[in-house]
Amino acid sequence: MRNWNRQRVAKIVIPIAAWLIGIIFVIPILYMVLTSLHAPQDAQTYPPSWGAPLTLENYSSLFTSANPITPALINSVITSVISTLLVLALAIPAAYALAIKPVKKWSDAMFFFLSTKMLPMVAGILPIYLFTTQVINMPDNVIVLILLYTAMNLPIAVWMMRSFLAEVPPAIIEAASIDGASTLRILTRIVAPISMPGVAATSLICFIFAWNEQLYAKVLTSVAAQTGPVFVNTLIQTEHAYLAELAAGATLISLPVLIAGFAAQDKLVQGLSLGAVK
Amino acid sequence: MASVTAPPRTRTEPAATRPPAAYKKWGRESWKLRAPLLPALVFLIVVTQLPFVATLVMSFMNWSAQPDAEGRSFAGLDNFKTVFTTPAYRTAVLNTIEMTVVVVGVSAVLALGIALLLNHAFIGRGLVRTMMIAPFLIVPIAAAVFWGNGILMTGFGLVDGVLGQLGVPGAQDIAFLTDHPKLAIEIELIWQWTPFMMLILLAGLQSQDPEVLEAASIDGCNGWQTFVHMTLPHVRRYLELSIVLGTIFIVQNFDSVLGMTGGLNSTNIPYAVYETFYSAKDYGVASALGVVVVIGSLIIATFALRVVSSLLTDEEASR
Repeated sequence: MRNWNRQRVAKIVIPIAAWLIGIIFVIPILYMVLTSLHAPQDAQTYPPSWGAPLTLENYSSLFTSANPITPALINSVITSVISTLLVLALAIPAAYALAIKPVKKWSDAMFFFLSTKMLPMVAGILPIYLFTTQVINMPDNVIVLILLYTAMNLPIAVWMMRSFLAEVPPAIIEAASIDGASTLRILTRIVAPISMPGVAATSLICFIFAWNEQLYAKVLTSVAAQTGPVFVNTLIQTEHAYLAELAAGATLISLPVLIAGFAAQDKLVQGLSLGAVK
Repeated sequence: MASVTAPPRTRTEPAATRPPAAYKKWGRESWKLRAPLLPALVFLIVVTQLPFVATLVMSFMNWSAQPDAEGRSFAGLDNFKTVFTTPAYRTAVLNTIEMTVVVVGVSAVLALGIALLLNHAFIGRGLVRTMMIAPFLIVPIAAAVFWGNGILMTGFGLVDGVLGQLGVPGAQDIAFLTDHPKLAIEIELIWQWTPFMMLILLAGLQSQDPEVLEAASIDGCNGWQTFVHMTLPHVRRYLELSIVLGTIFIVQNFDSVLGMTGGLNSTNIPYAVYETFYSAKDYGVASALGVVVVIGSLIIATFALRVVSSLLTDEEASR
């Protein structure tokens, strides 16, 4: 009898608690979106002008102002997409060597990859800055960012891809190779189909981390190669009402990540756990 | 492992037709196996490890890019002395430790609680899960600048405004960012990273065999006993994984400090390195600070790798 009561209480309390916590976590985002839809003078009042008329003028002014967001968005797309492709090109063969036909001491190699991820990016930033500005004379260049983001995401991608490729049963590969199938055929007909979800999860995570990166982008770019996250920071212009446009910029650059993340929630989990969770 | 997989393949090849190749087989085979690994390894060493070597060299040099600075010279340990004797740098080290411990600790506890809630079936669970994930999907610098300017800003921030509408006297003047800068950053980071940890923990909980839990409840275990003896041991590795990954990201946090307080009474090591080289242009001291960060990270990494290695050794044993 007591047990039955407990279950009944849990049935009421758990949904209420969960909904409450969910709402608390999402409020800052809803308020950011609301602020982005208010006119600049309505967006920064005390107390907040909750019912002020909604407008899209902040979004349009992001694109039409003297210093538009468009080039920064294009740079963000270029660096994120190309670095993700490069990461895949390097990580998939490496993961193959670590999972399908593991080389000796494969776990040592795995730990080397992971340990590079644990060293703070900031500790290497000064030589990189001096090298790009004074040695190869490529300041403010997206190519530099692409290479850095590739290195930044490579360890995660190797870990993820290895765990997905380890799912491929070795017996199938062995059997195919005894039957005379070439390595290429084994890769395209057996390994690729099984590991495709892993490639998708890896791409998603690498894209998100590259899209989000701000420290390297801020230090190594100024105008030509400026990315979205750096641009948003420049929207803080305290001499006039700036909050509405700042909120619009913050919402706009988060939109691709939000859409991709929501659309592929299960991939997100696989990726965040380095492939440990399937 | 290579020695285990290689013999069956050699047997399938007609050894008589190419005798010289058979002698070289071993060396060639292992290089064929290793070759796909090399591009990634070489790329990573060049792009991430060489800069660290350069940082190490520069940390022993007098090197300032200020216009009135003297030329470069060997500095011995002077830069390290500066790092350890300047109160601002010591504070940065302490701030980094404090913020990491608080954020990771609170996020882990919150995440476990929320994951346990979401592990139950209820109306709208999918929607609540989606709402919970959202903070992690906001670009970190965008989240930081909006928390700093739209939510915690004195006067027109959301918190001051709501407190004022609730009738709190003087709410308009509450200066959260300048009075409690570290707490402000910690709250923002907890908001952003709890969802990350929750996702990993929830996946861990959902991988638990429901039949085991059912058996426990039939055997008369109450909820608490089941949680402590069955659920907690099961999610432990997921908890460890989320703590390790969370620590890696939060130790390196730069965006929240830049976007919310601009380093005011809340400078952490990444921000201090950035400021020392970008604003003060003291390359020697910035490099020494970088070396200190690397040593600190190596200590954390040793612990972290041990945790992660348990994931791998389990797997290696089962291969």
